[in-house]
Amino acid sequence: MKGRRPADDRRREIVTAEGLVLPLTLASRGTRAGALLLDLALMFVVALLVLAGLVKLAQGLGGRDVLANAAPALQFLFILATIAAFFLRNGWFLFWELGPRGATPAKRLLGIRVAAREGGRLTPEMVIARNLLRDIELFLPIVFVALAPTGATGPMGWLAAGWFLLFALFPLFNRDRLRAGDLIAGTWVVEAGRRPLAEALSARATAHDYRFADGELAIYGERELLTLERVLRDGRGDTMAEVAGAIAEKIGWTPPGREAARPFLEAYYRQLRARLEAGMQLGRRKADKHAA
Amino acid sequence: MNAKASPWGLSALFGRQAAVEAAAIDAATLRSDRLRLAREPDWRRLEAIVARLEAGRLRALSDADLADLPVLYRTAVSSLASARETSLDAATLAYLEALVRRAWFQVYGPRTTLFGWLARFFAGGWSAAVRAIAPDIAVGFALMLAGALAGWLLVAADPAWYGAFVPTPPGDPRVPGASREALASVLFGHSGQSGLAAFAAGLFGHNAQISILAFALGFAFGVPSLMLLVQNAGMVGALAWLYHGRGLTVELAGWLTIHGTTELFAALLAGSAGLHIGRSMAFPGDRSLLAAAGEAGRRASVVMVGVVLMLVVAACLEGLGRQLVDETAGRFAIGGAMLAFWLWYFFAFGRVRR
Repeated sequence: MKGRRPADDRRREIVTAEGLVLPLTLASRGTRAGALLLDLALMFVVALLVLAGLVKLAQGLGGRDVLANAAPALQFLFILATIAAFFLRNGWFLFWELGPRGATPAKRLLGIRVAAREGGRLTPEMVIARNLLRDIELFLPIVFVALAPTGATGPMGWLAAGWFLLFALFPLFNRDRLRAGDLIAGTWVVEAGRRPLAEALSARATAHDYRFADGELAIYGERELLTLERVLRDGRGDTMAEVAGAIAEKIGWTPPGREAARPFLEAYYRQLRARLEAGMQLGRRKADKHAA
Repeated sequence: MNAKASPWGLSALFGRQAAVEAAAIDAATLRSDRLRLAREPDWRRLEAIVARLEAGRLRALSDADLADLPVLYRTAVSSLASARETSLDAATLAYLEALVRRAWFQVYGPRTTLFGWLARFFAGGWSAAVRAIAPDIAVGFALMLAGALAGWLLVAADPAWYGAFVPTPPGDPRVPGASREALASVLFGHSGQSGLAAFAAGLFGHNAQISILAFALGFAFGVPSLMLLVQNAGMVGALAWLYHGRGLTVELAGWLTIHGTTELFAALLAGSAGLHIGRSMAFPGDRSLLAAAGEAGRRASVVMVGVVLMLVVAACLEGLGRQLVDETAGRFAIGGAMLAFWLWYFFAFGRVRR
């Protein structure tokens, strides 16, 4: 199970407009922190590129004596730089999250996106609202926490640092991992990764024809079936031989050899799944080997 | 119910899968996997359409694709519902969950483009949002008046207060006891100055960031937003006292009015938008706290987009207009016209419902 299914406390369901229940998994706090750092790094790179471009332009305009020769042109470049800085700082998240993916490049890379909390559309208002609070959640806490120990801000500085830390650490204090910005926008951040469709394991043709008795299948439950599925999909010879040996021992068969491990496991998987799925249809589920 | 009765839905509609189905049935041994193989082409097609939508390549989609999107989406949803009831294939379930989620985000994605949204914003959305926070604006305005009055009275009582309201960097002539000429030199005679546009851009960057801060601080139940408003107004009050003492009241008023009717209005809106959020969270009424905060936050964010635009205008008026219009009457005319425009735009424009 480990690593395959997200932790249960991150699973949420939203009801869409048509009344369909849609499962969502909230992005973990670590992923979001990582995405933020990555985005800041990207913004930094973009800022450097813009700056380098402007400097290049300035040099082209006036050589070394830019101040004397091309003051109006230089002024224009300064205006461009100011506006670019403002839009980069405030517009980066906005621009990307308003797109069809609802995610900044870093969010997209880490497979997460912004979504409306109540199952409606993600509107521009929401994206704007959630990004207007970044100042008090990120920049101010950093400034105050860095300044407080220096004593430059006095005793009030500590108070302010603690106060702003509250905003910075807001996602730690609620179940849905909402930032303050998410709270006032009505949004949350969910996993949006794509997964390739794996082949149907039971459709694989096998040379050997193992038949297991019902009693030999009854010892395992859904949890073990999932483990078996993962072992088969990973397809590592050592692990498969080991697992095949363990199963054979448990049901009193002679362990299949290394090369027979895969067909053995595939046959066992198929028959165990058929048995468990038949039980499911009748409303009888067996969670794991300990269940009755 | 329906979905459960015919687990993999709609497969009869798509006859071209018959061949795939026949081949799959031969090989597959499990009912749940056979059904999966039968639905697979639909899932793949949905995935391809969704991928193109995500990439923003609408033109790469045929009309047929777009027309089928809702059907394919619903098929995938019902596939997922029944797979959860009948299949223990974890990989397929995970794939379907991811696919349905991605498709949902596209089917229910934002309907407007950024430009469409901006068009609605200017054509009444902005005005309506400002009117919706009118009570908060009234409170903010009252506080600004109180702040200005407090600034004046405190400094009048004891000029030592001046430094607390107006930051006075070394070299700034605007300190208590300054001569009339020194004070007037700040107000007039800068039209020949170079770098005015750059000055305006710098002003905009600074002011816009401050106003976003004022808004964001509203999240703390509105109190810090209001403190910023009071502090700014207090500065105006203290300055007014200083210039009044040298008989330059009208000249200062003109100097402040040309951009102040726009800039201080924007500051008022930013602080009031912050207050609106804080007030909604402190008194959510019969809504849940989260619902109240979300509603107020979205409304206030519309106001804030407008605030940033107003600050662009204010920066141009302050950086360029104030320096180039070097006399008081002209400054009053421009500032007054701007105030009239904003008041009309916010409180009269777009009121008529279609």
